[in-house]
Amino acid sequence: MAEMLRVNNLVKHFPVRQGFFGRSRGKIHAVDGVSFTLEENQTLGLVGESGCGKSTIGFCILRLIKPTAGEVWFEGHNLVTAPPETLRQLRKELQIVFQDPFGSLNPRMTVAQIIEEPLLNHLDLSASRRREMVAESLSMVGLLPEHATRFPHEFSGGQRQRICLARALILRPKVIICDEPVSALDVSVQAQVLNLLSKLQRELKLSYLFVSHDLAVIRHVSHRVAVMYLGQIVEEADVKELYSRPLHPYTQALLSAVPVPNPRKRRRRILLEGDVPSPLDPSPACRFHSRCPNAMEICREAAPPLRSINEDHQVACHLYDENRPAPAESGNKKTLPAIPGGNTTNQTM
Amino acid sequence: MIRDLIHSPTLRLWQDTFRELKRSRSAIVGGVLILLIVGTSIAFPLFYRVDPLAQDLMSRLMPPVWQSGGSWAHPLGTDNLGRDVLSRILYGSRVSLMVGFSSVLVAEIMGILLGLFSGYYGGKIDTVIMRVADIFMAYPFMLLTISVIAVLGNSILNLILVLGISDWVTYARTVRGSVLALKEKEFVRAAHSLGTRNRTILRRHIFPNILSPMLVLGTVRVANIIIWESGLSFLGMGVPPPRPTWGRMLAEGRLYITDAWWLVTLPGLAIMMTILAINLFGDGLRDALDPRLRNV
Repeated sequence: MAEMLRVNNLVKHFPVRQGFFGRSRGKIHAVDGVSFTLEENQTLGLVGESGCGKSTIGFCILRLIKPTAGEVWFEGHNLVTAPPETLRQLRKELQIVFQDPFGSLNPRMTVAQIIEEPLLNHLDLSASRRREMVAESLSMVGLLPEHATRFPHEFSGGQRQRICLARALILRPKVIICDEPVSALDVSVQAQVLNLLSKLQRELKLSYLFVSHDLAVIRHVSHRVAVMYLGQIVEEADVKELYSRPLHPYTQALLSAVPVPNPRKRRRRILLEGDVPSPLDPSPACRFHSRCPNAMEICREAAPPLRSINEDHQVACHLYDENRPAPAESGNKKTLPAIPGGNTTNQTM
Repeated sequence: MIRDLIHSPTLRLWQDTFRELKRSRSAIVGGVLILLIVGTSIAFPLFYRVDPLAQDLMSRLMPPVWQSGGSWAHPLGTDNLGRDVLSRILYGSRVSLMVGFSSVLVAEIMGILLGLFSGYYGGKIDTVIMRVADIFMAYPFMLLTISVIAVLGNSILNLILVLGISDWVTYARTVRGSVLALKEKEFVRAAHSLGTRNRTILRRHIFPNILSPMLVLGTVRVANIIIWESGLSFLGMGVPPPRPTWGRMLAEGRLYITDAWWLVTLPGLAIMMTILAINLFGDGLRDALDPRLRNV
């Protein structure tokens, strides 16, 4: 399988300014060293609670906001450092569908004008050819060519999201970033849009980066899933593996919170206590330790790196540190340089 | 070609606006009044040709026709120099409307341009423009106008420029606020991700969406400028005499207010009616321009 998009160590800090002269009062660590790869014709689900930086990653990839550090590799170009004109050309291949179907369409433009905007930006086509392509794009997302002359306010939420998709698809991109594309829709409409997304993926060989907080939606659409907590990926695995064998305590808690539509089925809920710590200058400890039911001494001292459990499953948690219970040896330091004292805290779990 | 034009979406938006406008009672009343006022100010020489400057010292302070002592020769009476009040009000309407609309145009163009750049590009451009705006806000408008008029002399053109320039801040601030809000809208972000250039985003996505609030703000400010012009004329800083304006009529008439009520009341009523008409129309326009308020 070919690699489509690779994100290396992406960092985005938002400075917090206060007062008349805008003195910096620290930084919000929205995204803190995130790396992942999106394979061709696959969907990578990015899941996490509000404010964990999921959408920021999407915006950083498209350079809608400028990342603080890191690399985004796409078609042999690093999008983070690409000059404006190269970036503009690459945007043909890289599209986004937003969460809010009401805000993402200009209320003063007709559907035809909205959908043909990418054509005007990138290609020099005749008006009749543009009209054809708009009609084609509309029918691809299940709308009628007659809809082209209407205005966005004449459509429902689901239809508007289809219009957004038609606009994203008209240039035949390779990657679409779906930023919570269904969370503003009714559940019945959600299913329609999700099925449409899967159908288009099959037909057009699209790759999706699918951002959502809805575990059921993520499970439905994704091939791989990355779980985020406070700006970092804590677990990444194949979708089946992740849902059947979640390893990180946060993932376990998230999955246990999904309601099961069977009143007889007994399930154990993991209730997290406390709040998400402030993303303002976080401590070097594991970010989840204040809420983790399995927190250990080491969790308060050092953040665990993302480690591979098998070829398909990565997790960032000290619980799965194979070297942890081992006695102090020089070899440990070589494999785990990021954890000072990692070999001395072999306490009971 | 013609069919394309008829079916052009922009035209359809304006047709929709017009249809909505016809539904709003306040817009109809305001619109009809404005048409009447503007129409009269243009067309009155066709049916009422009395020189507003001709003095008739024999018939000074003559009351309106319906009061004892009035005559049809001067339907709304005469002032302290025996000049015809109706004719002066009619001529005054030209000055007031011209100054009002032209100043708003000057202010709108300046304010929209500066506000767009300030809000969209942000950073240093924003800081400089907004600090200059702060200076303008902090500087008393009357003092500014008086000093500029004192230096450049008072002519209608100077007055229009001064009133326009001293009012750009209102527009620039409003535009900047709208642009900041629009910039975060997803359709603007979407345009970025589609590879639309900044200039095009400003023209295609931002400008059309600030135009209707600007139109509404403009109608309200026309009323304000007319009052300012009256105030300046009242202070003797407005349009140079002997050209009659509503403000100067108020200023001159106030000396005789106990003997001749009509000298202040009638131009005052003219100002009031004009402003009321413009405000009513602006109100209806605001509702009509918002496609979200429409029930299609």
